[in-house]
Amino acid sequence: MSRRLNLWLISGPPLVYLLVFFAIPTLIMVLASFRLPGEFGGLAPLVERGDDGARVINLTLENYQRFFSDALYAELFLKSFWYAVVTTFLCLAIAFPLALLIARSPRSHRDLLVLLVILPFWSNFLIRVYAWMIILGPQSVFAGTFNAFLHLFGMGPVRLLFTPFGVVIGLVYVHLPFMVLPLYANLEKHDPALLDAAQDLGANGWQRFWRVTFPLALPGVFAGAALVFIPAFGIFAIPDLLGGTSGIMIGNVIKQQFLDTRDWPFGSVLSMVLTVVAVGLAGLAAWYARRARALA
Amino acid sequence: MALLEIRDVTRRFGDFVAVDRVTLSIQAGEFFCLLGPSGCGKTTLLRMVAGFDAPDGGGISLDGMDMSGVPPERRSVHTVFQSYALFPHMTVADNVGFPLKMARLPPPEIKARVDAALEDVSLEGFAGRYPNELSGGQRQRVAVARALINRPKLLLLDEPLAALDAKLKERMQLELITLQKEVGIAFIYVTHDQQEALALSHRIAVMNHGRVEQTDEPSKIYSFPKNRFVADFIGTCNILDARVARVDGGRMQLQIEGLGEVAALRTDSTATGAKGVLALRPEQVAIGEQLAPNTDENHFAGKVFDFLYLGDVTVYVVELPNGSRVEAMLPNSAPGRAKFFEAGDSVEISWRIDAGRFLTD
Repeated sequence: MSRRLNLWLISGPPLVYLLVFFAIPTLIMVLASFRLPGEFGGLAPLVERGDDGARVINLTLENYQRFFSDALYAELFLKSFWYAVVTTFLCLAIAFPLALLIARSPRSHRDLLVLLVILPFWSNFLIRVYAWMIILGPQSVFAGTFNAFLHLFGMGPVRLLFTPFGVVIGLVYVHLPFMVLPLYANLEKHDPALLDAAQDLGANGWQRFWRVTFPLALPGVFAGAALVFIPAFGIFAIPDLLGGTSGIMIGNVIKQQFLDTRDWPFGSVLSMVLTVVAVGLAGLAAWYARRARALA
Repeated sequence: MALLEIRDVTRRFGDFVAVDRVTLSIQAGEFFCLLGPSGCGKTTLLRMVAGFDAPDGGGISLDGMDMSGVPPERRSVHTVFQSYALFPHMTVADNVGFPLKMARLPPPEIKARVDAALEDVSLEGFAGRYPNELSGGQRQRVAVARALINRPKLLLLDEPLAALDAKLKERMQLELITLQKEVGIAFIYVTHDQQEALALSHRIAVMNHGRVEQTDEPSKIYSFPKNRFVADFIGTCNILDARVARVDGGRMQLQIEGLGEVAALRTDSTATGAKGVLALRPEQVAIGEQLAPNTDENHFAGKVFDFLYLGDVTVYVVELPNGSRVEAMLPNSAPGRAKFFEAGDSVEISWRIDAGRFLTD
């Protein structure tokens, strides 16, 4: 009996949290996606008296029809998906060597290096993105150097700010720590004897990485990929600030529906689709990660 | 020419000398043990032979080829690690086939050789299992099969049985001896367990503080230890401080303080006045209520201080008049009586003069 009580005491708070901040809002969103927009934003009343005095229930599938009948939205989803995929892979490519470096440095240095990875969190997210606006801006030293480099090959000059390139740089910058931390947590636990054994048995450096280190790091790779991909997929602040008109993502459209167009039901539809896709992909990643961990 | 030549190898870590001018040669087909307490440098020496570490002085050559600068992956030397270091994400078959895959052999040949190797270590039917689904003994066999599959010239084993329980350990020791005979590959086996070293090897090098104290066959190491450390480390040994009083012919008389003189066989380079210890194995010390005097034996009276009943034998600790304690071993095979004396009993002990070894300091 007390065991059951303990179980409830422990799992209760997170359960309430999930209910209040995830389940109920999601349910509201699901319901909103079937309703009509109000005249001045918000939602139209659920039950209305029509012109003839008959009661009308304002529920509709039109919002979904609109989504599926206009290819524009699917294209935006696909574009956001690709931005998130590219961001995830770039983060992985940068974070893996970094996490490996931290995991293999002397134990006394590791905490400091991890601290440096999370240090950017100490300043405000928007300030950091504004900093990138300056760095990527046409007058900046960075853009100048970059274009001088392109000029050597007879190319350029190109614009960095307000382009998809700028968006991806911002996305990678913001999400990098979420890839580094789970990878580091995984790599730090690897038994160094395994690499010795692989080398002893004839594996060169390249083979040791791809046959031992990387496969054993897969649970960390999947965890990091989920932590980067899902927020990057739906983000609006970075494309808003760094993307201009060409770098727009689905998150911007959702934000527009709620704040500018004031079409809450259609914004809810877009949010619903985003949630379903993200949860589906996260589920897939979790399944792969569990399979990889079962072997480790 | 020996298979492996270790010449004057030294390895320092800061001020600490882990391996100190070690010279050893290992013959092809030999089962060689590096024996010593933890921290004696045996694992460091092994890592230098494997190529994970490089000597600060001296050289290592395998089959006449100097190994300096040759990385581990290019040496025909494989290691069975203490933790076995099996790849957790690979099946038994993939683990065992790993060296062949690295050597880029065609998959059908890898499969055939893996099957044969698993049969050699009686692990047929385990090919598809993962390491975490195996018992300790099975993991050990996989590690050995993996290290032997592409026929190295030399196999290094770093305390591979340390994690196993006593019964299994004994069985795996017998398996290793048989396997080593079958494959004919030289083994260098590192252990701190002197019984294991005595049971397994053709030759043993006893190491202490980075130096090799003695290299010999097991029976020679046990019966003719070269110095106090070897005598003390291998088996149990009574150690009595002594001084050479007289040398006459093949014998010498040793003065043991508070006890008198004892006779021992003369050893090379012992001069009158030399200080050292008399090393005496407990099984060579006889114990009884009264023992008939004999000119070929040393003879003392004492009191039983304590005893250890070990099943097959009983070890008595006998206190002599000068306060020193000598262990005497008595087999329990005498009919009708499992033990003979109680603590406090007056007893006599004796040992043949050729039983004790005088070791100069």
